[in-house]
Amino acid sequence: MRKYRFSILKIISTIVLLFVLFVTLYPFVYMVAVSFSENIYVLRNEITFYPKGFNLKTYKKVFEDKRLLPAYKNTIIYVILGTAIALFVTTTGAYALSKKERCPFSGLINKMLIVIMFFNGGMIPTYLAINWLGMYDTIWAVVLPGALNAWNLIIMRSFFINYPTEIEESGQIDGLNDLGILWYLVLPTSTAVTATIGLFYAVGLWNAFFGPFIYLRDNSKYPLQIILRQIVLKGEAIDSEMILSSGKEIIAEDSIKYATIIVSIIPIILAYPYLQKYFVKGVMIGSIKG
Amino acid sequence: MEIVKTKGSVSNYSNGLPSKEKKENKFLKKFKRGKYLFLLVIPTVICMLLFYYLPMWGILIAFKQYSPFKGLAGSPWVGLKHFRTFFENPFFFRYFRNTILLSFYSLIWGFPAPIIFALILNDVQNIRFKKLVQTVSYMPHFYSTVVVVGLFTMFLSPTSGPVNKLIQFFGHKPISFLADAKYFRTIYVASEIWQNLGWGAIIYLAALTNIDPQLYEAAIIDGASKFKRLIYVTLPCLAPTIITMLLLRLGHIMNVGFERAYLLQKPSTYETSDIIQTYIYRTGIESNNFSFASAVGLFNSVINVIFLVGCNKLSQYLTETSLW
Repeated sequence: MRKYRFSILKIISTIVLLFVLFVTLYPFVYMVAVSFSENIYVLRNEITFYPKGFNLKTYKKVFEDKRLLPAYKNTIIYVILGTAIALFVTTTGAYALSKKERCPFSGLINKMLIVIMFFNGGMIPTYLAINWLGMYDTIWAVVLPGALNAWNLIIMRSFFINYPTEIEESGQIDGLNDLGILWYLVLPTSTAVTATIGLFYAVGLWNAFFGPFIYLRDNSKYPLQIILRQIVLKGEAIDSEMILSSGKEIIAEDSIKYATIIVSIIPIILAYPYLQKYFVKGVMIGSIKG
Repeated sequence: MEIVKTKGSVSNYSNGLPSKEKKENKFLKKFKRGKYLFLLVIPTVICMLLFYYLPMWGILIAFKQYSPFKGLAGSPWVGLKHFRTFFENPFFFRYFRNTILLSFYSLIWGFPAPIIFALILNDVQNIRFKKLVQTVSYMPHFYSTVVVVGLFTMFLSPTSGPVNKLIQFFGHKPISFLADAKYFRTIYVASEIWQNLGWGAIIYLAALTNIDPQLYEAAIIDGASKFKRLIYVTLPCLAPTIITMLLLRLGHIMNVGFERAYLLQKPSTYETSDIIQTYIYRTGIESNNFSFASAVGLFNSVINVIFLVGCNKLSQYLTETSLW
């Protein structure tokens, strides 16, 4: 009797997990299949799991779009610059605040951090602040406002609090000040946490849509996500030039949309093995000491 | 820094002075000892002031008639005028209801889902299968909101989406899910769960592995069934984690995933999809009605804070778990 009940539970849980697996993977498989398929099969809705009439025409069309490559370049610049700045701000701040007894005003600064975890000025005052600072329609509006994330800083702070004091003491004996200890001793030995937080910021910047959307006006500064939205959600898949040039051959709009999505998530997929390893670690560090 | 240094060195000679000055000396000494740490914390403080506290100060425009030409100081005060206008708006109730309901549904479906997922996953004996499901389930977390909304839009498309193909295969008419107000909340919540199921489970899986196996052994010896072990061992051990996560979630009750809602909504679904935040966006950024939109935003934040503080108090009282 016992054994029987147990196996029913097992069957149900296996079905649930297989369902999760399918639902997560299938959209990706389907996108790949459609984007590599011959046009006629896409229009006839005949694609299910694998491409029919394999070809690269869709991807050729996608890269002919005048908006895509500049946007790709912009996003890469924003991610590199933004992550560097954010890591600088977060590591320095977290290290200083981990030395609670010695850092001046650490009590006040910590309280200010807790406040911003739960409360902010809101969309419009933040938008106006960016304007007042003269950052509207500049790269800084994309790169700077996210440079400090209170949650990330607290994850890092709790890592530094648990950092072995012996190493720091040895640095003090050798005559290093706090800057030297952080730069020569602590940072080289805490690459795991730095990489984790760096990846948190990098993925955030890669995926950022709303900030650039309201702070940037000039099309040439648009990052990938805005172009992606124009193509996939607003249906501006084909710019006017493309209609003129592709008189003979029509590419199904769906194929173009799926191919664009794939092109935009390829870096994430490639980085995924590293991402998931480091991110899981990051969540753990954060959960040990909130 | 230089000034502080000289002051600090002077203070070394002033031992016999009244206590107030002694305190000051102590402070300066402390400051001198931590001056490099202070240097390190400056970028954080600047970022915090510019991008968090400057906007908070900017909330003042909710009580003014702000015009970009006059600036914040030069714009006239109007008191609670904007709040009154908002409450008198015929759609006020709709924005409020949509925000609360969307948040509520995303809470009652989206909050337990990762917990259940973690419990099921924790029970799987086949390590490789477990690892596979876990790794795959994190993936959507790294897609951007634009990608997720794009995927849902295309998969649910009435003409070419696979979901409607399936519906037609069973002999029904295709449904235009995204243009129909009655499906908006379901799609919103589904896309959120799809994106965050695996990721949200990590923290519970960690908590589950920390449960002492002796507790289970004792329960088995006492003849507890699998279900009873779940109720009397697993859930009580998970409770602190669950409550903390719930509190964090409740602290954002009015901050529905704005980006997701904005990208998913269409004018034809405003009846259910138009939330306070999308309204703020339209009046503030699109129509430049800064003061009014800030007032609406402040109203939203105040409700949020009341919720957060209230739930935290309640939790302190009932379970002695608190966020701060």
